Amino acid sequence: MIAIVDYGVGNLFSLKSSLEAVGADVTVTGDAQVLRQAERIVLPGVGAFGDAAKKLQDSGLAEVICQEANHGKPLLGICLGMQMLLDVSYEYGEHKGLGLIHGAIRPIADVIPAGYKIPHIGWNALQFPEQKHPVFRDVQNGEHVYFVHSFHGTDCADHVAATTEYGGILTAAVARDNVVGCQFHPEKSGDVGLRILKAFCQGEF
Amino acid sequence: MITKRIIPCLDVKNGRVVKGVNFEGLSDVSSPTALAKYYSDNGADELVFYDITASAEGRALFTDILCEVARTIFIPLTVGGGINTLDDFDRVLKCGADKVSVNSGAIRNPALIGEAAKRYGDQCVVLSADVKRVDGVFRVFAKGGRENTGMEAIEWIRRGVASGAGEVVVNSIDTDGVKNGFDLELLQEVCNAVSVPVIASGGAGCIDHFTQLFQAIPTIDAGLAASIFHFGEVAIPNLKEELHKQGIPVRR
Repeated sequence: MIAIVDYGVGNLFSLKSSLEAVGADVTVTGDAQVLRQAERIVLPGVGAFGDAAKKLQDSGLAEVICQEANHGKPLLGICLGMQMLLDVSYEYGEHKGLGLIHGAIRPIADVIPAGYKIPHIGWNALQFPEQKHPVFRDVQNGEHVYFVHSFHGTDCADHVAATTEYGGILTAAVARDNVVGCQFHPEKSGDVGLRILKAFCQGEF
Repeated sequence: MITKRIIPCLDVKNGRVVKGVNFEGLSDVSSPTALAKYYSDNGADELVFYDITASAEGRALFTDILCEVARTIFIPLTVGGGINTLDDFDRVLKCGADKVSVNSGAIRNPALIGEAAKRYGDQCVVLSADVKRVDGVFRVFAKGGRENTGMEAIEWIRRGVASGAGEVVVNSIDTDGVKNGFDLELLQEVCNAVSVPVIASGGAGCIDHFTQLFQAIPTIDAGLAASIFHFGEVAIPNLKEELHKQGIPVRR
């Protein structure tokens, strides 16, 4: 069973549907016990980092997620859920993340030239490093996924699992062994996104 | 490089797609789910569903259908039509919509844009504006283009974006249905005025009109059309192939 963490942020209908479309048995839950029993965990999120991180801490689920990830359970963060995997975010202040992957969330405006629209919204191409994380095993360089974001991961060099180009180089995905984060929305990225979700649901890492 | 988006728009009334469609291999041409899947499989980057139902029963049916579509296809979905309150936002977002488009609802109550953006995020709120030239000035029209609000369009759109609209759909009433190309003059003015994505609507009649659009206005993000896609006059894979040949970045 795959658990989608429900901590009151955003709408999980599409995410649940997309995981079901790749054959997963999915539970949407805010229950620590269910997260402990799950084989894999998906951490979604939309909105502001500070609010979401506080909700995750206050619910007590942050601790459970970290424990499970540190014991090797596959964890996939999506969009804001990916950002929360990192140590810290500088979105409207300074907010602590889960610290499962080293790095900091900073404005994409720091690396893109003036004249580019922010947020970065739309379909953009992925570029992978030579050593591709298994979650991206079925996706090729140059395939497109759907992004909606104004901040991205920085200082996570060793753990950058994919990048995308938008006037500058943006972090599209991060990964450290069993912990993976996608800045883009695999549940809204058509066939390419479903391939990533399928690899997450079935892969060994 | 970010790609230019091609967006088919489907009008739904009482649970069925209206403005009939004509595709080979599609048995139920007015099923929103079948059409959505067809478009998703054939290169559409996003879909807009427009609820033109007036009755409460029709509205409930629309949300049921939206859920079914969102369970079937996995590209961004924008929903518009009859969005007047935060409850309306809630209703369609729970069914899998990613963005909600406001038009007359925002004209009646401009505060709706800011309230929705605060609750759901800017990226979720799309301001859709029907615009027509009146004595040489771009004016905003309400009620599906039937009523001149008297508001100056560029200023209205600028205010909407300042209040939190994360994207703008600009539909030119002057070019809509004429199939003589997008309203480049209007779209350029809107692109100059705001820094959020702008989606062009109204006037596409052939592939060349999309090429013209993206070449004339490099900052435009997407082209939206309905009947030329529905009637098979323009096939999205062919459109994207041509755009690619012309050096315009598209997802293929």
